[in-house]
Amino acid sequence: MNGFPILSVMLLVPAVAAVVCLFLDAKSARWLALAATLVDLALGIVLWASFDIGGAQWQFVEHSDALFGSFSWALGIDGFALLLIMLSVFLMPICIGASWEAVQQRVPEYMAAFLLTEVLMIGTFAAQDLFLFYVFFEAGLIPMYLIIGIWGGVNRIYASYKFFLYTLLGSVLMLIAMLWMTQQAGTTYIPDLMNHDFPVHAQTWLWLAFFASFAVKMPMWPVHTWLPDAHVQAPTAGSVILAGVLLKLGGYGFLRFSLPMFPEASSQLIWLIFGLSAVAVIYTSLVALVQSDMKKLIAYSSVAHMAIVTIGLFAFNRQGIEGAMMIMLGHGLVSGALFLCVGVIYDRLHTREIDRYGGLAINMPRYAVFFLLFTMASIGLPGTSNFVGELLALMGTYQVSTWTALLCTTGIILGAAYMLYLYRRVVFGDLTKDDVKAMPDLSMREIALLAPIAAVVLWMGVYPESFLAPMRQDVAILLERIDRAQPKGDSMPTAGNPSAVPAAHHGAEGGAH
Amino acid sequence: MTSIQFIVFLPLLAAAFAGLSNRAFGTLVPKVVTTGALFIACALSWPIFIGFLTGSNEAGVAPVFTWMQSGTLDVSWALRVDALTAVMLVVVTSVSFLVHLYSWGYMSEDPDQPRFFAYLSLFTFAMLMLVTANNLIQMFFGWEGVGLASYLLIGFWFRKPSANAAAIKAFVVNRVGDLGFMLGIFGTYLVFNTVSIPEILAAAPGMAGSTIGFLGGRFDTMTVLCLLLFVGAMGKSAQLGLHTWLPDAMEGPTPVSALIHAATMVTAGVFMVCRLSPMFETSATAMTVITVVGAATCFFAATIGTVQTDIKRVIAYSTCSQLGYMFFAAGVGAYGAAMFHLFTHAFFKALLFLGAGSVIHSMHHEQDMRCYGGLRKHIPVTFWGMMAGTLAITGVGIYEVGGFAGYHSKDAIIESAFAAGSGGAFWAGVIAALLTSFYSWRLMFLTFWGKPRWATSEHVQHAVHDGHGHHGHEDAHVEPGHGDVADNPRAEDAGSEPHVHGPGEEDMHEGTGGYHPHESPIVMLIPLIVLSMGAVFTGYFFHPFFIDPESAGAFWKGSLFFNEHLAHATHEIPTWAKLSATVAMLLGLVTAWYAYIVNKELPAKFADHFRLLYRFLLNKWYFDELYHFIFVRPAFALGRLFWKAGDEGTIDRFGPNGSAAVVSFGSRLTGRLQSGYLYSYAFVMLIGLTAAITWAVTR
Repeated sequence: MNGFPILSVMLLVPAVAAVVCLFLDAKSARWLALAATLVDLALGIVLWASFDIGGAQWQFVEHSDALFGSFSWALGIDGFALLLIMLSVFLMPICIGASWEAVQQRVPEYMAAFLLTEVLMIGTFAAQDLFLFYVFFEAGLIPMYLIIGIWGGVNRIYASYKFFLYTLLGSVLMLIAMLWMTQQAGTTYIPDLMNHDFPVHAQTWLWLAFFASFAVKMPMWPVHTWLPDAHVQAPTAGSVILAGVLLKLGGYGFLRFSLPMFPEASSQLIWLIFGLSAVAVIYTSLVALVQSDMKKLIAYSSVAHMAIVTIGLFAFNRQGIEGAMMIMLGHGLVSGALFLCVGVIYDRLHTREIDRYGGLAINMPRYAVFFLLFTMASIGLPGTSNFVGELLALMGTYQVSTWTALLCTTGIILGAAYMLYLYRRVVFGDLTKDDVKAMPDLSMREIALLAPIAAVVLWMGVYPESFLAPMRQDVAILLERIDRAQPKGDSMPTAGNPSAVPAAHHGAEGGAH
Repeated sequence: MTSIQFIVFLPLLAAAFAGLSNRAFGTLVPKVVTTGALFIACALSWPIFIGFLTGSNEAGVAPVFTWMQSGTLDVSWALRVDALTAVMLVVVTSVSFLVHLYSWGYMSEDPDQPRFFAYLSLFTFAMLMLVTANNLIQMFFGWEGVGLASYLLIGFWFRKPSANAAAIKAFVVNRVGDLGFMLGIFGTYLVFNTVSIPEILAAAPGMAGSTIGFLGGRFDTMTVLCLLLFVGAMGKSAQLGLHTWLPDAMEGPTPVSALIHAATMVTAGVFMVCRLSPMFETSATAMTVITVVGAATCFFAATIGTVQTDIKRVIAYSTCSQLGYMFFAAGVGAYGAAMFHLFTHAFFKALLFLGAGSVIHSMHHEQDMRCYGGLRKHIPVTFWGMMAGTLAITGVGIYEVGGFAGYHSKDAIIESAFAAGSGGAFWAGVIAALLTSFYSWRLMFLTFWGKPRWATSEHVQHAVHDGHGHHGHEDAHVEPGHGDVADNPRAEDAGSEPHVHGPGEEDMHEGTGGYHPHESPIVMLIPLIVLSMGAVFTGYFFHPFFIDPESAGAFWKGSLFFNEHLAHATHEIPTWAKLSATVAMLLGLVTAWYAYIVNKELPAKFADHFRLLYRFLLNKWYFDELYHFIFVRPAFALGRLFWKAGDEGTIDRFGPNGSAAVVSFGSRLTGRLQSGYLYSYAFVMLIGLTAAITWAVTR
C-alpha cells in the first residue's frame, strides 16, 4: 500500500457520493449510496488484508501540515481503529439496504446523511490529530440528529433535544481539556500525546472532562436516558448505526485517550467506573425486563452490555481490554441485527408494542431462526461473538475486583431473562391475531441484510483469533504504558502448602478463617 | 482415535442439515439423516469404550483448532478421550440414537419433525463437546449448548404457554448456576494461570492450604474455587435450591425428557465434579458441601415423588433424587460409584421415560396416573420394559449374587457413604431408597394394575368421541395436562376410585369408557427392549470396571480420582449396612403394594390425616412460590421502579428536562420551532462553538 492514501480515499468516496446524492432522484440516490458503501467495504477489506499484524503500531499513516495552524490532516490506524473501521464499513451497506423500502420521504437527503455519517465515523477512528478527532467525533452526531429529527417517529423533537443536551455538556468539557493538553504538551499529535506524562494532579481533572463526554456516548448510567428515546424515535437504519457504531465512540475514547494519556487518574478512578457499571448492569437489565416497546428493551440492554465494556477496559489487564474490544465489535453486530429484526416486523405492522405480536414462528420461520440466533448472541451464548467478549472482559475484571465481577456477571442471568421473555412474546405462543397472521416471512432483501451479520457473529464466536490478532500488539503497548498504575487485585492468592493440610475425608478443616 | 471427530461433528452436520433444510425434503430425509448420523456415532463410540475396558486404549487429545488466545489464556477446540469420556460417549450416543429412533413413532403425527430431530442432534453435539472438553471453557461451551437445546426442546410445542414458561425457567435457573461456573472459571484462571483441565488437575494439590480474597473476605483458595464450580453443577444437575426447572421441563416431548432430562444433560454436573475430582479432593469443606447437598436433594426429591400424580413428574423427581445419590457419592470420594450410577441410571431412567412415553402414547396423551389402571395386558411390551426399569431403579437383587442395575450402583453409593463415615448421607440414602421403591411401585401399580379408570380422562374421552388416532399432537398438547393438582383441592392422592373430573360414573363401561389402548409401534418398542437389556445387565457386567477395588483403578487410569482405600473399605462394612438398602427397597415395595393393591382407601385416608404434610409435599415444598415471591416479583417491581422513579422521575426530571429554567427554555424553543428544526439550532450551536475554539487554538 506504499503511498496510496487509502484512508483518505475511504473518506472521499462516501463524501463525494453524499454530495452527488443530493442532486439525484430517490432511486438513483439509493443505488449510488449502496455502491459507495460497498466500495468502502471493499476498501476496508483491502485495508484489513494489508494491515501488517505485529508490524508498526501506526499504519497507513498520512500526514499533511497543509491545513491551517497547528491543525493538521493526520490519519493513521492501529489495530483498535482498524477493527472499528471494519465494523463501520460492514454495517453501512446493511443500513442502506434496510432503508431501501422503509424510507420514502426525502430519499436523497437521507442517503446523503448516512454517507456523511460513514465519513465521520471512519474519520473519528482514523484521526491522529487531536482536533481533527474532535471535529469528526462531534460532527458525527450531526447527521444522526438529522436522521432522528427528520425521519424519526412521533416524538422525534424531544428525542433529538435530549440527545443534544447530553452530548453538548460532555463535548464542552472535553474541548476545554483538549485545549489545556495541547498547551501543556505542545502537540496535537495523538500518538505523541499517548506517550506524554501529564502531571498526576492535572490528570484527574482531564480524565473527568473526557469522562463527561465518553460516558454520555457510551452511555453509562446515569447519563443513559437519551439512548432509549433516540432509539425509539430513530428509523431502523438509524438505530443500527447508533447502536452499531456511535455507541462505540465512548469505548474507543476511553481506550485511545483516558487510559494511555491519564493512567494514574484511570487507576484512581476505577471505583467510579466499576461502581457505575455494576449499577448499570443490574439497573438497566431490570428496566429492560419490564419494557413493552421492543426498541426500548434492546436499547436498555445495550446500556447493560456497554457497562461490561467499561469494566473490561478499566481492568488494566489483557483479558479485560481485549474482551472489551470484542464486546464492542460483537455488540455492534448483534444489537444492530436485533434492531434490524425489529425493523422487519415494524415495516409489516407499524408498531413496536411487544404484545401486538406473538406466534411469528408459525408464519415467519426464517425470521424466527435469525431472531433466535441474535437473541442467543445477545445473551452471550458460547459460539457467538458476544460470549468471547464477555468471558474475557469479566475474567479480566475478576482479577481486579471479585465484587464487580460478581455483580456484572449477574448480567448473564438478567440478560437471559429479558431477551428470552421478549423472544417468547414475539415469536412463540399461538398465532391468534389476524393482522399478524398476514405477515409474510423474510424477503430476499431482508435475508441478504441479516445473513452476513449472522455469519460474522458465528465467525467471531468460533474463531475470534481473526479479530484478536490485529489488536494483540496494541494491547501490549497499552499495557506497557499503564502498567505503572495497575491496581492491585483483591484476590491475591497465597502459595499453597499441601503438607500442612491433611487430605480430604480425614477431618480436615479447610474452610474460611 | 480419529473416529472421535466423526462422533462429535456428525450430529452437528446432521442437525444443520435437518434444521436449515426445514421441510424442503419432507420429514423422512431429515429423520434418516439425523438418526443415521447418531447410529454411526454410536457404532464408533462403543469400540472406544470397549478399548478402555480391555485396557488397549490410552487417553489422548485430538486438537481441532485454536479458539481464543489472550495473553496466557490459551483456549483450543480439542477433543479429549479417556476412560471417563468413553463412558459418557457410549451413554450419550446410545441413548441419543435410541431416542431418535423412538421419536420416529412418538412424533409421527407432528408437522415439525425436521425441527425436532435437528434439535435432538444439536443437543447431542453440544453434549459430546462437553464430555470431550480438555479445558474449562470448551466445557462451558458444551454446557451452554446443551442448555440451548434443552430450552428449545422444552419449548418445542411453542404454542403452549406452559411450555414456553418452562423453557425460559429452565434457561434462567441454569444461568444462576452458570454464574457460579463462570466465576469458578475466572478464579481458577487467576490461581492457576491456565484453563486447561489436565494442567489444573496437576497443579491443584499444590495449592492446598493457600488462601484467597473473595468478596472482601479471605478464604481457602481451593474451597472457593470448588464451591463456585459446584454451583454450576447444581444448576445443571437440578440439585436442591436450583432444581425447580427440572419438573417443569417435563413440558417437553417425552423422548426429550428421556434423553436430556434423565440420561445425559442433567448428569453433566456429576460428570464435571468427577472430571475435576483431583481438584475437589483438595478441599474437605467443598466435599462436605457436596455430600450434604447431594444427600438433601436425594431425600427431598424422593419425598415429593411419592405424591405426584403426573407420571412424568414422578419420574422427574426420581431423576432429581438419583442425581442426589451421584453427588453424595462424589462428595464422599466415591467418584467411581458416582459414575457407575450415572451410567446405569442413564439406561434405566431413559427406559422409564420412554416407557412412560409409550403409556402416554397409548392413553392418548393422558399423563395423569389417576386415569390409568389395568394397562398390563393391553400394552405388554411397555409393561415389561417399565418393569425392568422399576426393578433396576429400586435396586432389586440378591445379596452376594447380583441383581438389576440399580442394585449394584445405588447400593455401592450407600455403602461408600457408610464406609467414608458419612452417617447422614448413609441414612438419607437408605430412606431415599425406601421412598424410591415406594413411588416407583406406586407408579407401576397405579398404571398397570387394578381396574381401568380411563373414562375419567378428558384426553381419552376426546379420543373415543373423535374416533381415536386422528388427533394431531398439536391439538392434544394445547391443553396442559390437567393433573395440576395444586389447584385442585379435591385431588387427594391418586387412590382407590376415580373421583376427580369426569363424566357421571354410569357412563363408564367398567371404567374403560369404551377405549382400547394400543401397544406402541415397533420403532418405539425396539428402544424399550434395548434399554431393558441395559437396565437388567449393566450393573452386573460393569461393576468390576467402575467400582471394584482390584480392577477399577486400571480402568479409570487416572481420568478421575479413584480412591482405592475407600473402595476396599466399602467391601468391609458390616453386613447390616450392606443389606439396609435392600431392606429399605422391600419395605417400600410392601407399603406400595398394601396401599395401592390391597387397601386402596389408605392413601386418601393418609392424605386426609396428615393434611399439612401432604399439601407440603404436593406443592413441592413450596419452592416455586417462595422463589416467585423473593425473586421474580421483586425483579419486575424493581424494574418498574427504576424505570418510572429512576430514569423518568429522577434522571430525566433533574437532567435533560432540567430545572424550571431549562424546561422553559426548552419549551420556548420547541414552541417556536414546531416546524421540527430544533436539531438544526442544536448543531449550529455546536458547530459555532467548535469553529470559535478551533480558531482560538490555531490562531
